[in-house]
Amino acid sequence: MSVEASAAAVARRYPDIVVARGEASLVVDRGVLLEALTWLRDEPDLQMDFLSSITATHWPDRDPAFWLDYELRSMARHERLRVKVAATEDDPSVPSVTSLFPTADWHERETFDFYGITFDGHPDLRRILLPADWDGFPLRKDQPLGGVPTWFRGATMPPIDERGMA
Amino acid sequence: MPVERYEGIHLGTAPEEIEEEVERGVLLTSLDRAVGWARKQSMWPATFGLACCAIEVMATGAGQYDLSRWGMEIFRASPRQADLLIVSGRLSQKMAPALRRIYDQMPDPKWVISMGVCASAGGMFTNYAIVQGVDTIVPVDVYVPGCPPKPEMLMHGILTLQKKVRTEEAFR
Amino acid sequence: MSTRRDLPGALYDPAGDIAEDLRDPATGEFRQETMIINMGPQHPSTHGVLRLLLELDGETVIRCKPVIGYLHTGIEKNVEYRTWVQGVTFVTRADYVAPFFNELAYCMAVERLLGVDVPERAQVIRVLVCELNRITSHLVALATGGLELGAVSVMLYGLRERELIMDIFEAITGLRMNHAYIRPGGVLMDLPEGSARKIRDLLDVLPRRIDEYETLLNDNPIWRERNVGVARLSAERCLELGVTGPPLRSAGVAADLRKDEPYSGYETYDFDIVTRAEGDAYARYRVRIDEMRESLRIAEQALHRLLEGPGPVMVEDPKVGWPVKLSVGPDGIGNDPAYLAHIMEDSMEALIHHFKMVTQGVDVPEGEVYTTVEAPRGELGMYVVSDGGHRPYRVKIRDPSFVNLQALPDVIEGYLVADIIPAIASIDPVMGGVDR
Repeated sequence: MSVEASAAAVARRYPDIVVARGEASLVVDRGVLLEALTWLRDEPDLQMDFLSSITATHWPDRDPAFWLDYELRSMARHERLRVKVAATEDDPSVPSVTSLFPTADWHERETFDFYGITFDGHPDLRRILLPADWDGFPLRKDQPLGGVPTWFRGATMPPIDERGMA
Repeated sequence: MPVERYEGIHLGTAPEEIEEEVERGVLLTSLDRAVGWARKQSMWPATFGLACCAIEVMATGAGQYDLSRWGMEIFRASPRQADLLIVSGRLSQKMAPALRRIYDQMPDPKWVISMGVCASAGGMFTNYAIVQGVDTIVPVDVYVPGCPPKPEMLMHGILTLQKKVRTEEAFR
Repeated sequence: MSTRRDLPGALYDPAGDIAEDLRDPATGEFRQETMIINMGPQHPSTHGVLRLLLELDGETVIRCKPVIGYLHTGIEKNVEYRTWVQGVTFVTRADYVAPFFNELAYCMAVERLLGVDVPERAQVIRVLVCELNRITSHLVALATGGLELGAVSVMLYGLRERELIMDIFEAITGLRMNHAYIRPGGVLMDLPEGSARKIRDLLDVLPRRIDEYETLLNDNPIWRERNVGVARLSAERCLELGVTGPPLRSAGVAADLRKDEPYSGYETYDFDIVTRAEGDAYARYRVRIDEMRESLRIAEQALHRLLEGPGPVMVEDPKVGWPVKLSVGPDGIGNDPAYLAHIMEDSMEALIHHFKMVTQGVDVPEGEVYTTVEAPRGELGMYVVSDGGHRPYRVKIRDPSFVNLQALPDVIEGYLVADIIPAIASIDPVMGGVDR
């Protein structure tokens, strides 16, 4: 079944599905996230039973600012589908999908670690890659890259996010 | 090993004079050389491979670029039995306390080779997560640049360190 | 033989009068406490900076909590401040044992965003170097796994074979590791003179060397004793945990992205997916050995196609392709003199364009993509978001080792401490990919 056919199957319930560059993307509200993923897994035309990756992107100029991305795959049909969920900066919390996909455990911890998005219902939400006492969420766009100026003999160069290069 | 001969030393004279000569450090110089020569040949590195450079350390220790030519094929897992720390790879902020602890656990005399640009100066990762040079945490004897340095470059670094060890004071 | 899970927790049963003094006077029983010990992050056998918190009852592991992040490099944040082509040099250092796969996934994502097709010769070169990289990655897995279990000769043989392939990589790309050779639009330059001969020699020599490994290890009683029945993971549990790659294929599931979702021309090559049924560490070892043979098959076919005739290796569109033309001169790889003459003498516009492309790079249209490749450790995915500029907006590396490591509690709990080593070695994590 091709991407267009999968998208047609999804559109029966979620008509907002978009196909671009050979990939199908669906935006759902965070309140219906678990319901949507369960339906996508159980629907016989789709069988999206494998969760590849969960991540987030921060768009500070948009509202809502955080856009999470769930990459689903059907192991039997070899098709992929992307589900996107939004979260605002004031209330960056989303239901956890670990009850459906145990693999989401570390992915959600990493997203929390980088962006500060909390996942309700996660069994053990704490930092995974950064030290446990780290302050801040570094991958947000308002956080600096960090790093020190580079010293040469008689000159320094600031870190790359402060150099003013386009 | 050459024996130093100084003009004007009359050995076989009074014991006080001999003691004077010994205190002047004549014998210690030769001892430095002897100890330095022995130390450089039997350094045991501690396993501290962090990232890509660790793979090159493994390749240097393997058959083609053999580290055991210089007595270094035994990588000791316990820092208490090691005297060379080759920090190979990028040191993250989370790992930095562990590095300092391993360094402290090594008995004297100990040396540190900072292998690769990430260990020497932060490398291409000038960001929040990487310590910009391990010399902010441990004293480094030899810096080996490269990303990753070829085994030949690491060997040159090791030989430089050996030259340093051979010529330094034995008991600091 | 019985699996490790059948053995009782207290393997040593104290008996006799000497031990009677040790009974707790209050209860009359022996005190059985569990120990919580720490393994790593600096440890010779944990495949990098992995820390394990283990709760032990004697020698049996009751609980295991992996702690990762000791190699967190901030690659994903750093890439957001560099151009699209510079992103390749960062991404290639994530999984540093198989760098070509990181580059390939990233470049495929950028090319999908750009909407360009890569020339065919570049695709074949990509397949060739990726399959050779798969062989080196499995050799490192074999070598380090053998070393950790005490089979030191396997380490020396594995790294010896790897040096042959490193030589080829150095001839083609200039570097032994972290090559930055696969660029968006194609590859950096064509195979130099003499490299085809080297690859041919390698492909002639390697099959017998792999036979040597099999002779040494397949029926070796110590190897079997330490690996058979250890770290068992069933197919359902693998899929629940998101585990892909050799662990999944060793549990009987024939899932390989090169066959299921072909990319880079893989559908035109003739090879098989290797599976086993037992799902233990020994099965994974056999899967890796057989995958090396399959990679040799693919490399043969790729080499054959490369020898058919020359062709472009980078996309022709000047707005997209990397503008620098390199060639091998008497003093090594450097700028092609004809190209230098063109930009320096013939055309000011060409010089300006060259300058702009090299410093600022290509502008990638807005959008997001998720591309996957079959890395030696499993499904390697790149989620790349562009905002229309000359810098990546977000790059997320879905690394197979990160996800496969979630299975560690499953494969370690209930087994003995000594089984931790072959368990980790069979999952084969690379901490650079786990922590990025």
